[in-house]
Amino acid sequence: MTPFQKKLVLGLFVMALLSPLGIFLPLWFKAGDAWGEWSADTLKELLGYVPEGLEKYAELWKAPLPDYSFNGESSPLALQSFAYIVSGVLGILFVGMAVFLIARFLSRHGK
Amino acid sequence: MHVPDGYLSPQTYVPLYGVSFVFWSIALRKMKRELSSRSTPYLAMAAAFSFLIQMLNIPIPGGTTGHAVGAGITALLLGPWTAVIAVSMVLIIQAIVFGDGGITAIGANCFNMAVVMPFVSYWVFRLVRGKATGERRLSPAAFLAGYTGLVAAAVVTAVEFGIQPLIATGADGRPLYAPYPLSIALPTMALEHLLLFGIVEGVVTMLLLKYFLKHEPGIVYTVKEA
Repeated sequence: MTPFQKKLVLGLFVMALLSPLGIFLPLWFKAGDAWGEWSADTLKELLGYVPEGLEKYAELWKAPLPDYSFNGESSPLALQSFAYIVSGVLGILFVGMAVFLIARFLSRHGK
Repeated sequence: MHVPDGYLSPQTYVPLYGVSFVFWSIALRKMKRELSSRSTPYLAMAAAFSFLIQMLNIPIPGGTTGHAVGAGITALLLGPWTAVIAVSMVLIIQAIVFGDGGITAIGANCFNMAVVMPFVSYWVFRLVRGKATGERRLSPAAFLAGYTGLVAAAVVTAVEFGIQPLIATGADGRPLYAPYPLSIALPTMALEHLLLFGIVEGVVTMLLLKYFLKHEPGIVYTVKEA
């Protein structure tokens, strides 16, 4: 890696360390969910009902780290922040692995 | 802007899987020809950057949150087709590991943020830059590339949400999937991205492009091919 690339990678890890800002900024400014990304419970509050098809699909997949947290967004803020940083670092690693696999797949399948 | 499971009807998410699949195949074929060992580390870093910038939720005080995507700068640095793969990778990992965006909606989310966005960013940059060389028109072109790209992605997402009540309603007449009509979805999502999130994407795109042109101009796709 060139010194420039090392600097960029360092920058990415700094971003991961700072990622809990993504939790705190919305808290400080009293902002809620992204538009169109409400949970079934929130929709029930907003509309008075949960759309039938939506309810059917909503729980289709149980992600291992839902919303970048270990056990939902009700855990203490310190733990949520820690989970965010872990998720950020995992994100860097997964993406790195995926690029490695794609690069290998592309070079195997001939030029 | 990550559409969760259940918000889109099968009539919407299945075709969007198809469209994204077509773009993935073309992108991979192009990358096979163009991806060099020199640009591969940058592909990984651009995708990691996109992942991380999406975790930075930006609040509209008292309202909703949103975030930049990083697809604009990826398209300018590595070309729109490489950006398709970089951002799709991120979105697929987000859906599977972090439940951000639905599994059924992977095709839709990739279409919105990994296809529409990089191509709009790329073409806006080229249009605004025109035949200018050097520093001229570089900043406005880069800012508008990121800004317009994110707004376009938001508009397309809003249309997907907004047409759901037209496509599928239950016996009681209530919508089966995303409940808000176009008349609400479109202005809401367009405005929040026009007023705040798009500006963040634009500034990020502009600053990073200038940073790369200063330190590693050789890899910058949009400048190289001109």
